[in-house]
Amino acid sequence: MQTKLTEIKPIKANELAKKQREISISEFFTKNRHLLGFDNPRKALLTTVKEAVDNSLDACDEARILPDIIVEIKQLSEDKFIVIVEDNGPGIIKQQIPKVFGKLLYGSKFHSMKQTRGQQGIGISASVMYGQLTTGKPAKITSKISKNKPAYHYHLHIDTQKNEPEITREVQIEWDKDQGTKIEIELEAKYQKGKQSVDEYLKQIAIANPYVSIIYTSPEKDKITFPRVINELPKEPKEIKPHPYGVELGVFIQMLKTTKAKTLQGFLQQDFSRVSQKVAQEICEKPKINFNIKPQEVTRDQAELLTKSIKETKIMAPPTDCLSPIGEEAIIKGLKKEINADFYTAVTRPPFVYRGNPFQIEVGLVYGGEIRSDELITLARYANKVPLLYQQSACAVSKSVISTKWSSYGLSQSKGALPSGPCMLLIHMASVWVPFTSESKEAIAHYPEIIKEIKLALQEVGRKLSIFINKKKKSEYEEKKKSYIEKYIPHIAIGLKEILDLKEKDETELKVLLQDILERSKK
Amino acid sequence: MKTLIKIKESGQNIYNKILKKQKPEMKFPIRSLSNVKYDPKKGFFELKGQNKLRTLTVNTVKTFAQTLRMMSFSKELLKTDDIATKREAYYVSKNWGDAKFDEQPESDTVMDDIEAMFGVNREQLGFIPEEKGGEVAGELIVIDKDPDTGKEIKIDCTKFGSGAYSIPSSIEELKFQTKAKFILAIETAGMFQRLVKHSYYKKANCILISMGGVPTRACRRFIRRLSDEMKIPVYAFCDGDMYAFFNIYRTLKVGSGNAAHLSEYFCVPKARYLGITPQDIIDYKLPTHNLKDVDIKRGKDAIKNDPFVHQHKDWEKAIQLQLKMGVRAEQQALAKWGLNYVIEKYLPEKLKNDKTWLP
Repeated sequence: MQTKLTEIKPIKANELAKKQREISISEFFTKNRHLLGFDNPRKALLTTVKEAVDNSLDACDEARILPDIIVEIKQLSEDKFIVIVEDNGPGIIKQQIPKVFGKLLYGSKFHSMKQTRGQQGIGISASVMYGQLTTGKPAKITSKISKNKPAYHYHLHIDTQKNEPEITREVQIEWDKDQGTKIEIELEAKYQKGKQSVDEYLKQIAIANPYVSIIYTSPEKDKITFPRVINELPKEPKEIKPHPYGVELGVFIQMLKTTKAKTLQGFLQQDFSRVSQKVAQEICEKPKINFNIKPQEVTRDQAELLTKSIKETKIMAPPTDCLSPIGEEAIIKGLKKEINADFYTAVTRPPFVYRGNPFQIEVGLVYGGEIRSDELITLARYANKVPLLYQQSACAVSKSVISTKWSSYGLSQSKGALPSGPCMLLIHMASVWVPFTSESKEAIAHYPEIIKEIKLALQEVGRKLSIFINKKKKSEYEEKKKSYIEKYIPHIAIGLKEILDLKEKDETELKVLLQDILERSKK
Repeated sequence: MKTLIKIKESGQNIYNKILKKQKPEMKFPIRSLSNVKYDPKKGFFELKGQNKLRTLTVNTVKTFAQTLRMMSFSKELLKTDDIATKREAYYVSKNWGDAKFDEQPESDTVMDDIEAMFGVNREQLGFIPEEKGGEVAGELIVIDKDPDTGKEIKIDCTKFGSGAYSIPSSIEELKFQTKAKFILAIETAGMFQRLVKHSYYKKANCILISMGGVPTRACRRFIRRLSDEMKIPVYAFCDGDMYAFFNIYRTLKVGSGNAAHLSEYFCVPKARYLGITPQDIIDYKLPTHNLKDVDIKRGKDAIKNDPFVHQHKDWEKAIQLQLKMGVRAEQQALAKWGLNYVIEKYLPEKLKNDKTWLP
């Protein structure tokens, strides 16, 4: 944060520095709440549920536990709510609990090169902070790591000056659960159903994560169960080192400073993926930089030359075992359990790379059934299995859907618009680093490689859809043909009988002949 | 009777095809402006001869059945010397089970198809229209028959006071006596009433006819017979807009693109357009309204596609002028200069100067 210099009278540098430190984390939060997902009370409720649920799912994935999540929202007064999220995850060890929930920007996921949900938000501590700022109440956390260990219950505040947790209560309690974590946050919020609601978010989570069981109690005290339909965890994503193609100069310089490698060549080989000895030397040779110098000795200018050289060097694509797609079968199962339709299909594309970052696109499509047919189709966008509910029109997904020719797949579409019809699309991008258009992380950036992959996946499901629609049309036509023959042939016979004064026998014969003629008809 | 034979022939052709296990067909002239030609010497729209073939398929089976049942109904009417209105025909179809018509426009279309297929008018099929044929006042005696006794009755069209004589839907049996100098065919009932109220027909020695919008077939036929048999000139007096030019006046003069198979009888080739012309709007400084998008489209379409306009360059120029002006005027706009301006000034001036008319 910058302080306004113009307001300050002649002042000594150290005093200025002191003043600068005084800018509190709470002020930063308040001024940037729109970046963090707390723009308005409605979104604040969603963000809080989302951060807590994402955390629970990531923890369960990492510990290889099939997640059982319990979400409850209670309304206390017109604008005061309590959000309670409980999981059966691995729990958090006692010492870590205050930091995980009571310190902003704390955590291991922020710079990791691993596909997780959590990298998309600022973290659960932001919700704790929001709750504290709007209600003054502490967050209540309970966590237990195994059957034989006790459960710990904390009441936490965040010291908004120091960005440190402040424990107001700490007790050991009985919890009839083997392991897990439960968080309760009181906050100012607004509950509303429909698009961009907590209900919709949980439904979309349930679709893309069919191995999760969620029990949700809404502020209206409706209990909604999203059952588990797959009893197998998805493949565990591996952590990878960054690929040289994806690294930007600032990050590169930072890595040079903090690496444990002894030489520049060693740094390139150890800290990046797909860099062999030969490749490392090639990178250094072009700008004529000695590959045996210490990484810390590399100057800024040399670093810039090196990043340029990287772009000109042929380097193998990054490994893709760092990706954990949902899978075609799981997508179909997820869609089937939550949406009543006539047709389901899904495609998981092979992994691809943008800027050195591996990514994978998946698309699911449902058609017919109870989906409304007189509206534009619904998009369910996901990044690393987390639904994106805001900024649809700014997203690369929407652009890809709009620029695909749906009329050839049996959906009607106006120029520059989403297609319309009884259809819903699920589009998932899995990546260790999903590029978003802005800090609020609601829209995927328009990289040509990403748009191309999405479009290929859309075309694939589109072709399957058109086969289904054609079959349906054909059988409808056969139906119509049958009923038309039954309905109208007798009238042709009656008409001719009356005009030509035919006999009953001729009329019967006519009907048989006409039926034969029409059954051979293809139009 | 000619029509009866045509119905039987057409039924026989269909029957024979079915016996041969072939798909039966019906052939109709295409009913649209694109299938119409216009020769000013003949004076009416004629079909160019493009046909559409309706082959029996799943998609056509319903209309096919309805057309045959309608033909059979027509046969019944002709045999018993009865008539049915279009509306009655629609209600009769309610006995046809699945082949019934849901709405009257559907039965009207099938009726029009049969007319075109046989090249006859609907009266010859036993069907009569619902609509009134228009109103007449002025120097004309219509000789009709008393429906009960069959005795001749003379109807003097000057003797209706502030009312008027109504043209019946079937007019072929009527006879006429008149010494009128011209017929004024008027678009709106409002203008007709003004002229009747001030007995303009006495001053000008003419016959006034209110068309009430697009003239019905009976109205056109009525004027046509007066024009041919009594040798009286016919002048149309309408609003100055595209609808008046093409839907009202052109239909009166040469027939409609939709029913060109009948135009020969149901049009008045000798009619002339007296006003309101686009030039009148300028000359008489009439209050105007802006042209709507549909007017502009209709004007441009007419220049491009209407064979009538292609043959009359004066019309083309008039439309181009109107499109350039971007405005239209109603005939009652003449009231701006006084309620009786139309009688005292406009009509006498226009009638004197045939250079201000359009063909």
